[in-house]
Amino acid sequence: MEELNLFIKSIFIDNMIFAYFLGMCSFLAVSKNVKTAFGLGIAVTFMLVVTLPINYLLDNYLLKPGAMQWLGEEFATVDLSFLALIMFIAVIASMTQLVEMAVEKFSPSLYASLGIFLPLIAVNCAILGCALFMQQRDFGSAWTATVYGAGSGIGWTLAIVGLAAIREKLAYSNIPKPLRGIGITFILTGLMGIAFMSFLGIKL
Amino acid sequence: MLSKISKEALLGPLSRNNPVIVQVLGICSCLAVTAKLEPAIVMGISVTAITAFSNLIISLIRNTIPNNIRIIVQLVVVAALVIIVDQVLKAYNYEMSKALSVFIGLIITNCILMGRLEAFALSNKPWPSFLDGIGNGIGYAIILVVVAFFRELLGSGTLFGIQVIPQAFYEMGYSNNGLMILPPMALVTVGCIIWWHRSRNKDLQEQ
Repeated sequence: MEELNLFIKSIFIDNMIFAYFLGMCSFLAVSKNVKTAFGLGIAVTFMLVVTLPINYLLDNYLLKPGAMQWLGEEFATVDLSFLALIMFIAVIASMTQLVEMAVEKFSPSLYASLGIFLPLIAVNCAILGCALFMQQRDFGSAWTATVYGAGSGIGWTLAIVGLAAIREKLAYSNIPKPLRGIGITFILTGLMGIAFMSFLGIKL
Repeated sequence: MLSKISKEALLGPLSRNNPVIVQVLGICSCLAVTAKLEPAIVMGISVTAITAFSNLIISLIRNTIPNNIRIIVQLVVVAALVIIVDQVLKAYNYEMSKALSVFIGLIITNCILMGRLEAFALSNKPWPSFLDGIGNGIGYAIILVVVAFFRELLGSGTLFGIQVIPQAFYEMGYSNNGLMILPPMALVTVGCIIWWHRSRNKDLQEQ
């Protein structure tokens, strides 16, 4: 039950885009049409589900103060938490490389449609951000971390698909010239953010 | 003193080629830390230092990096610099480090860094790369400070935590616009800056 709450909470209330502004760069750059936006959303969700449990295990069995106790008593005082950033980003970068190779091998059509955005997932702040939030929140188990990753990924997908749908329609409207393109996208995202804030009062 | 390419590298990003409002890089952190001026300035300085030095380091070793592992090499260099900044902040300004929470760590994935490393440092000499890093860092910091200025002034009526809107205004019925403190308004503020900037620079307008 607690997991279900966390799942819904991370989709709507703690939405990666609208509550924390993470993964904004690719969010703004890839939201020109719904199809690619959806593909990227799926890729990000997949990466979150794969990397979060790995990072959770790394954090709890290697990095935290006292985490290395399973190796023996003399390791109980070792604190490697300052290495967390570099470990997390290494896991994410290498998983991206792996996923890229797998997608290229098994689904060349998806690979072609995602193009450059697949490797760019490595520097998508939503994924590293999730890992850092996970560290801050002290989840109970790797399973909880996976659920959190899945929820955040789906929330991210929801946001990017929504924005892409609006931008497709926007092609027909008459926007002041200097505001066209990226300017109006910023303002739109802001307005969507305000709409998403109505979820804030909900207690789960 | 500066050659043409160095001058362009240093001054271009301040306005015509600004990383945030023209190249659309590094938006995430730009929006989250701008509710108050002080964290925005700290963030701007941190990013400038990290961009400058990562550009310098990558440019120095650019001929020895094998092409297919360059992303990992870049990330490791950037991550090492970010860890240094993070530890320095924790040691000398713990309050600020708490306020910025995960966003210092997220400088690693700040697209300005990767973008400049890929676009500039990998194909240029160390000195222009260093200047390019400083220019882009300052360009980023300018936007941060402008956004934070408006958000803090309109949202809490203060600048650097000091009350600037006189008490008499409040007695006449003026009240702070709480909406400005909320994150979505940062996006709208940046949108307005882009609007102003593009109406000044017509060649940047999109069709």
